[in-house]
Formats: sequence, C-alpha cells, structure tokens
Amino acid sequence: MNMAATMMEIGPIFALILVGFLPNEVWRVLGLMLVSGLDEDSQILVWVRAVATAMLAGVLAQLVLSSSGALGTVPVGVRVGAALLGFAAFLIGKRSVFLGVLTGELAIVAGALVFGT
Amino acid sequence: MTAAETTPPRSTMQAFRDGLVAAWTSVFVLVLLGNYVGIGALAYEFGFSLNWMLLSTVLVWAAPAQVILISTLNTATLIEVALAVTLSSVRFLPMVVALLPMLKTKEGGPGRLVLPMHLTAISVWVEGMRLLPGRPAPERVPFYNGLGIGLLAAACLASVIGYVLAARLPTILAAALLFLTPMALLMSVSRNSKTLIDKLAFGFGLVVGPVLAAHKVGLDLMWTGLIAGTAAYVIHRIREAAR
Repeated sequence: MNMAATMMEIGPIFALILVGFLPNEVWRVLGLMLVSGLDEDSQILVWVRAVATAMLAGVLAQLVLSSSGALGTVPVGVRVGAALLGFAAFLIGKRSVFLGVLTGELAIVAGALVFGT
Repeated sequence: MTAAETTPPRSTMQAFRDGLVAAWTSVFVLVLLGNYVGIGALAYEFGFSLNWMLLSTVLVWAAPAQVILISTLNTATLIEVALAVTLSSVRFLPMVVALLPMLKTKEGGPGRLVLPMHLTAISVWVEGMRLLPGRPAPERVPFYNGLGIGLLAAACLASVIGYVLAARLPTILAAALLFLTPMALLMSVSRNSKTLIDKLAFGFGLVVGPVLAAHKVGLDLMWTGLIAGTAAYVIHRIREAAR
C-alpha cells in the first residue's frame, strides 16, 4: 500500500482498524508479553512517557487553537481565554477536574455570547 | 453450620457486578462522560457515522487516540495518523505491565488476561490499582472486567448522546460540547502530572505544538512529542544527577 494513502482510498472501517485499533493495541499486547521483565521506572519508559505526555499536550493545543466545525466559529481569543479560566479554576479549586471543566464551559458560552460566534 | 458455609465464596458473576457498580460510582465516570460526549460531538463534526464512532470506542478505548483518529483521518495520510495514534498510546505498555501481576492466579491460562488487557485505559487502570488489592485473588479478573466494561458502557452512552446532540444543538452549545474534550484532557492530564518530568513534558508540549503547527512542519504531533518530551527528560536527568 502507498505510504501516502488516505482514508478515502481504503474506507473508514478499514482505516479505523489499520491506523486506529492496531497502532493503539500494540502497546497493550506488548505489555501483556513483557509483563514479568520490565521495570516501570526504567529510563526508556520514563522517556517514552514524557514523549507521550508532550504529544497529548500538542493534540490539546491543536484542538483549542485550530478548531474546526462549531467550535471554530468561536473566536480563537475566546477559546484560549476560556481554557485559561478553566485551568485557573482547576488550580484554585484544589485540582478539581469537574470545577475546571465547568468553569471553562461557562466561560466559552459567555465569551461566545459577548464576542459573537 | 460452619463459618465457611455461612459465607460462601462469591461467584464470578457477583464479582463482575461489583465491578460494574464500582465503575458507575467512581469519580472517573463523570470525567469519562464529559470526555466522550465531546468525542461523540467531534465524530459528528468530522462526518463519521454513529456506528463507526461506537466501533472506535470499543476497539480503541483510549480517548486521546480517538481524538487524534477522528480529527486527522480526513486530512492526514494513514501513516501519519498511525504514528500519532501509536505515540499517544505508549502509556498502555507500563500500565499493563504494572497491572497484570495483580490479576494472575494459579488456575487459568494467559487467555483470561486478554480482556483485562484490552479494557485497560487511564480511568479503569487508576480505579483498578486502587480497588484490586482489597479483593481476593480469584475475584480480581471478573471484578476488573466489570469495572472496565462499566466504564466502557458509560463512554459509549455518552458518545451517542454527544453525537446526537451535536446534530441538533444551536451552534453555540455545539461549540461548548466540542470544547469538553480539550478541557477534560487539560484537567485530567494536569491532575495526573505529579512529577516534574510530567509537568515539563506537558508544558513544553503546549508551547512546541502550536509553534510547529504554525510553521506547517510535517508530522508536527510526532515532533512535538519527541522535542518537548526529550527536553523534559533531559532536564529530569540533569536534576537527578545533581542530587
């Protein structure tokens, strides 16, 4: 298969299995195979976890900064501001995920009402 | 009547049911509901079918990987999507390695560990590591399966709700729904980042990601992970060495 192929060429279900299920599941299966040998604090895993966390941050930034669909109609300043307000509430509220998400949600609705969509 | 007769060994079914109850009373069910309502809305926005989205939840069962999958499949090449997905799921390796020894018993082959392995996701793993030590060894696999299937069912339900709502809501509320995913990711990753290296990797990623994206660097997610993650690791090593 062409390395530069896209979903359009192979269909959504096959794409889901090939580039969603398999590359995700491989780590669980490797874990099952390795189960006795590996130290959770080994240096390679420390590094790998840092890379994974940083990538997650990249996904998060992309979702907020270059949103598509309905969220994309809200000005980018409102999206960033709402995320920062939510995070501030999370920190003030003893790291409550619920409080942080709720604040961010209220902020984005209020911001979209004031500054338009 | 002996004590053994008055307290008979609990059946597999009972342990499984206890796991389901633990899932639905866990604080994680709220985060998961919020996260998957967002993913359902996202799948709708990107034009995927309801069945495709449910299949992705059952097969992938990892919110970050699903967000990547849904938001990049339309535009990126398959190899790029696969790389981004696999890099986002590396955490499962150490998680599974830490969990499975708790589930091992003398009877039963490794086949009975396949379902617990697949059900392992952040929420299930955190609750499992907390609750499993209090359970007798033979009950642990069914209990963990109940926990995982309970949370997976909650996620499926939430994603259907998000998908249906996104199709009907006014723009402003649909936007709020789509905003749930990045917000839940931001808060839950921040809460799980307890060590310096986690915090650095997360903070650096938030900065490096947009910079690379703005310069239209190819495979920007992978590079974000490698650059920001390695930088965090190097600082961590320097600090360790200085001790």
